[in-house]
Amino acid sequence: MSAYVTVRGLTRIFDVSKPWLNRLLEGRAKAFLTAISDVDFQVEERTTYALVGESGSGKSTIGRTLVGLLRPSAGEVEIEGVNLATEVDADKVASVRSNIQMIFQDPYASLNPRWRVRDIITEPVASKGEDTVGLAERLLEQVGLHPSDAGKFPHEFSGGQRQRICIARALASEPRLIVCDEPTSALDVSVQAQVLNLMSDLKDELGLTYLLITHDLTVVRHMADRIGVLYLGRLVEEADPHSLFSAPKHPYTQMLLDAAPRMDGFGREVPPPKGEIPDPIDPPSGCAFHPRCPIASDICRRERPAMRRVDNALVACHFAE
Amino acid sequence: MADTPTPLTSNVHDKGRWERFRESDFFFAFKRSPVALVSFTVVCILVFSSVFAPWIAPTNPFDPASLNLMNGFTPPMEPNAFTGSAFLMGTDDQGRDVFSTILYGMRISLFVGASAVLFAMVLGIVLGLVSGYFGGWTETIIMRVADVQLTFPSILVAMLIFGIAKGFTPVEYRDQMAIWVLILAIGLSDWVQFARVVRGTTLVEKKKDYVAAALLIGRRPWAIMIKHILPNALSPVLVIATISLALAIIAEATLSFLGVGAPPTQPSLGTLIRIGQGFLFSGEWWILFFPACTLLALALSVNLLGDWLRDALNPRLR
Repeated sequence: MSAYVTVRGLTRIFDVSKPWLNRLLEGRAKAFLTAISDVDFQVEERTTYALVGESGSGKSTIGRTLVGLLRPSAGEVEIEGVNLATEVDADKVASVRSNIQMIFQDPYASLNPRWRVRDIITEPVASKGEDTVGLAERLLEQVGLHPSDAGKFPHEFSGGQRQRICIARALASEPRLIVCDEPTSALDVSVQAQVLNLMSDLKDELGLTYLLITHDLTVVRHMADRIGVLYLGRLVEEADPHSLFSAPKHPYTQMLLDAAPRMDGFGREVPPPKGEIPDPIDPPSGCAFHPRCPIASDICRRERPAMRRVDNALVACHFAE
Repeated sequence: MADTPTPLTSNVHDKGRWERFRESDFFFAFKRSPVALVSFTVVCILVFSSVFAPWIAPTNPFDPASLNLMNGFTPPMEPNAFTGSAFLMGTDDQGRDVFSTILYGMRISLFVGASAVLFAMVLGIVLGLVSGYFGGWTETIIMRVADVQLTFPSILVAMLIFGIAKGFTPVEYRDQMAIWVLILAIGLSDWVQFARVVRGTTLVEKKKDYVAAALLIGRRPWAIMIKHILPNALSPVLVIATISLALAIIAEATLSFLGVGAPPTQPSLGTLIRIGQGFLFSGEWWILFFPACTLLALALSVNLLGDWLRDALNPRLR
């Protein structure tokens, strides 16, 4: 197996300053939000890499930077060995681009309400000027919808069906990598399972590689081959699902697992996680997790822990063992 | 669409555009609204009779050979004292049939109004899409120009443009060019409305994920603006276009009434009203009255139709 996606030192900073006139009148400096900083990971071909974290941890920013919707502020993303942000050979960029697709969180905003399903699904192929006869019907059948649905408009479908249409669109250009940005969080629980099953069937059938972005640990457990835990724009732990769920190394991962609802937990009081994710415009010194960490000490406030190998996992914590 | 397999059950999607339209909520609301029905009928009659004016009008008022000065100042529905001819709406000082001049005048009014709105719409849509989509300095410049223009009454802007354009056209072409200059002047004074609405919709739509999905496959900004965003901005544009049409017709009439619009050789309704008001106090009321009523009917019905359209297409009022 080889790395299909390589992310090195990926950093993305957003300018969240007020307009220049407000800054001038109120005497404020420019403000910057570091959404992700110094993220490294690799996604092997035909595997699922899951990124988990609370809202605001930079999961979606990584996904959008990876597919080229956002430019990285520093660091690089290589897909098939090509850096999309700096590559000058347009043919190379186009060929890698056509191998990447994305499934979005909100199935109500990700389909153009004025387009017919047929046109939505075939757009990635039609925009390259290729033949699309029968393509939409074939893909609709593949994702479990009826071929005659091709003539309908998106508003005639439910959330789960819309997400299936999104999957069909993502499959149209026969991609190798699909970035799934919270693909099930807008859906009912029963529908979530259907969509996830569909996704894993398609993965086996077509040999797809997934980057799965989610906050739902149960989804991760079912789908992922490798999991990266994000906190405030940094990876704090990376491991395979078995070691992560049985022996979490980072105190944040432990907290996340403790907070997840459990089937055997009826009537049991579960202490809610302490604190909230800090302001990314003004992050804490040292280890960003130290204000919420039960085992934090002086070194955590002073020094940011580096990523190091502990057993099967990579952990960024001074005390992990 | 030949590649659609025939489904077992017939449903609304297999029907043609017309049938789908007849079953739509929009058409249902239209049938139920007396205001919409009446104003739509009036607009249809007026548009039809002005388009087919050469076949409907009893005389051609611009063919000097067909005019008889003896017919001058004939009151409506009364035989002329000298020639015995009767005219539905009377005649003016030159013996021109007022009914015929109205039909021909309305033609020019409608043509100028519709072309000006079309021009303003295209200009406004393009500038609105560009400023909303690209943002930054492009947006700042376009929208500040729009704001500045809004501080002047649009009729003033139109007169200014008309005056400047007239200064540039050679004297012998002035009468021919007057109509086109009028369209340019009214169009340029009216694009701001369209640009603002389209920019607003673009700002909302460009953040949605279907635009991201299109960007992802490498579609160019123009394709995204025109194929993805514009269809979602069209219903407010349609409403503004209808209301603007009424305003453009009135603006054209005002300019012509002030003498800076359509020349007397190609009189529009405004020109006819200007000519007619000279005879008002000498008792020949019909030369003013009928063109004015036609303008009123035209502007009112288009405006009412626009108002109804705004209500019907506004999802918040449903």
